[in-house]
Amino acid sequence: MPAALIDKDTRLEDRFVSAFEMQEGLSLNGSNDGLRRLRKEAIGHFATLGFPARKTEAWKYTNIGKLLKRPYALTFGPSDDSVSASDVEALLIPDLEAHVAVFVNGHFNAALSRLDDLPEGVVVTGLAEAAETHTALLDAHLARYADSEGEVFTALNTAFTKDGAFVYVPRNAVVEKPVQLINLMTTAEDALVQPRNLIVAEENAQVRLIQSSRATTEVKTFVNAVSEVFVGDHAHVDRYEIQDEGTTTSMVTTLNVYQQASSVFRNSTFTFGGEVIRNNITVLPDAEQCETHLYGLFLADGTMHVDNHTLVDHAMPNCFSNEFYKGILDGRATGIFNGKVLVRQDAQQTNAYQSNKSIVLTDTASMYAKPELEIYADDVKCSHGATTGQLDEEAIFYLRTRGLTLQRARALMLVSFARAVLDNVTLEPLQEALDAMVTARFSD
Amino acid sequence: MTPLLQINNLKASVEDMAILKGVDLTVNAGEVHAIMGPNGSGKSTLAAVLAGREDYEVEDGTVLYRGEDLLELEVDERAREGVFLAFQYPVELPGVSMMNFLKQAVNSIREHRGQEPLNAAGLLKLTREKAALVNLDPSLKKRSVNEGFSGGEKKRNEIFQLAMLEPTLAILDETDSGLDIDALRTVADGVNSLRSPDRGFVVITHYQRLLDYIVPDFVHVMVDGRIVKSGGKELALDLEEKGYDWIREENGAVPA
Repeated sequence: MPAALIDKDTRLEDRFVSAFEMQEGLSLNGSNDGLRRLRKEAIGHFATLGFPARKTEAWKYTNIGKLLKRPYALTFGPSDDSVSASDVEALLIPDLEAHVAVFVNGHFNAALSRLDDLPEGVVVTGLAEAAETHTALLDAHLARYADSEGEVFTALNTAFTKDGAFVYVPRNAVVEKPVQLINLMTTAEDALVQPRNLIVAEENAQVRLIQSSRATTEVKTFVNAVSEVFVGDHAHVDRYEIQDEGTTTSMVTTLNVYQQASSVFRNSTFTFGGEVIRNNITVLPDAEQCETHLYGLFLADGTMHVDNHTLVDHAMPNCFSNEFYKGILDGRATGIFNGKVLVRQDAQQTNAYQSNKSIVLTDTASMYAKPELEIYADDVKCSHGATTGQLDEEAIFYLRTRGLTLQRARALMLVSFARAVLDNVTLEPLQEALDAMVTARFSD
Repeated sequence: MTPLLQINNLKASVEDMAILKGVDLTVNAGEVHAIMGPNGSGKSTLAAVLAGREDYEVEDGTVLYRGEDLLELEVDERAREGVFLAFQYPVELPGVSMMNFLKQAVNSIREHRGQEPLNAAGLLKLTREKAALVNLDPSLKKRSVNEGFSGGEKKRNEIFQLAMLEPTLAILDETDSGLDIDALRTVADGVNSLRSPDRGFVVITHYQRLLDYIVPDFVHVMVDGRIVKSGGKELALDLEEKGYDWIREENGAVPA
């Protein structure tokens, strides 16, 4: 399959539009009419919106245009056959029994996946396949929660939607073992990959998802991922995302969650590596008695840049949301946390909490924290807090008087700081694996 | 026999202000030395300099620990070599669990002594045994170090750590401050049970009361950065009765 190289001289947005026009009849073919229509609308929105300029408030600290100017190839091809089971093995969580779906450069690879014992009615597959086999579900949910009209990266992703993860948990179904979605990036040339994920948990369904991505090449990759999650009445969805990329991978991830009555959605984002990482999370609890938890932990060093944007949009009464993000910034790294909680006029009896704590280890690292509470209802309980500080020298001294080396004392303080987020990981093997990653990071 | 601790003419300052102005003190293994003195006399500075706090500049003098230069060692090297400071104001370590903290501290020291690290079961056993010495509430072990502990709990926790780490030289910096009489007795009992022929104690206190329970072999009085009077345990009683002024007068200082 041809990959359309982006020409250097034309306007950035136009390169994508012409790539779309070239590919539309070819590699983007073969799926249903609904999808074709969505793509066509989306490329129009994309052209109108354009990429964020430096003065765009929501992108104030992240110069994404600079990255996009690189001549990334757009990949549409089928899964790369050179990937082996051992590449996948490296991303499995030790001691965790899971259903594993593998994607290579964003495309589902059935041969590498282990999905033979899914419960009755539960579907885990590629979005491209689901476009053929589960057309009605895609019509009902795809592009319903993500905002192609307002978000340029969503529009771009939708225009080029080809494949990604599709997870469907029907009414009353409980998926006992977690589902791990692994994306491997193996391209030989600098590439832009745009996975599109759709998670549908119907009424009273339960599922836990672990999403991880890893580039196995040294070329520069850019991932523009969009995930939509539908959480039906009384359904529970726990989602974990592990971002542990090398310095050649950048990512914009966009997660849109739609919650129905009495549903519970929990998301945890762990960012341990990458060049520039931007995570956008928007949750809409659109009925009463919803519960939403957003956790985040980012550890950045070198020149890494991590930007977390979240919005919990409380439109209905009697809902609960809690947001807890922590970050440790070393070297010349930059961290951004912009968490917004919107409590609309009808959303009485809302309980919404938000906390962001960061440790900045060097004079050259920076952290920008911007908590926002916007409240239009009068009977609510809301709070937010953001603290940024350095390692407590008194605490380090105390630990050293107990025999710990400076390095061990620092590691203990930092691991303990991070552990407050890991404590919320309910899958024990995953918690242990993350703990080991954090500990290894700060150990000598 | 080489003394455990030998301080000669120790002078130290903080931000160019002289605090210690020539301290001499010798502590042998098995001895308990009390250092008393009015506020601001330099008692806590002495403890801090011995522990290796970097805010203090040593201007002159020597400190030999078991015959070796103590001041050459890093803070943590001193701890691993067997010097322990019980803090006047123990530091809260949010998020650092007691058990993880104890494991790292105990094993750092064991490693240095060439001993095998303690495993979880071994650590738990040791913890149980030592916590009993100071009546440390077992539920505190499940919490973060010193976080939300009462003043008394923090002080007990210091003596508990002393018991866990089995130092050769223990310096207690105003361990009695803020303790009621019951807590004081408990802490003192803990310290007394740790007295041994191999271990020396330097007990810094403002009040004589602690010394009713931890009976010292020697009492030293520190005034204005120097030890100006030394004697047996009865010196503490004189101080309790007469205050510090008579000593200042004896030494030609202006009474406070």
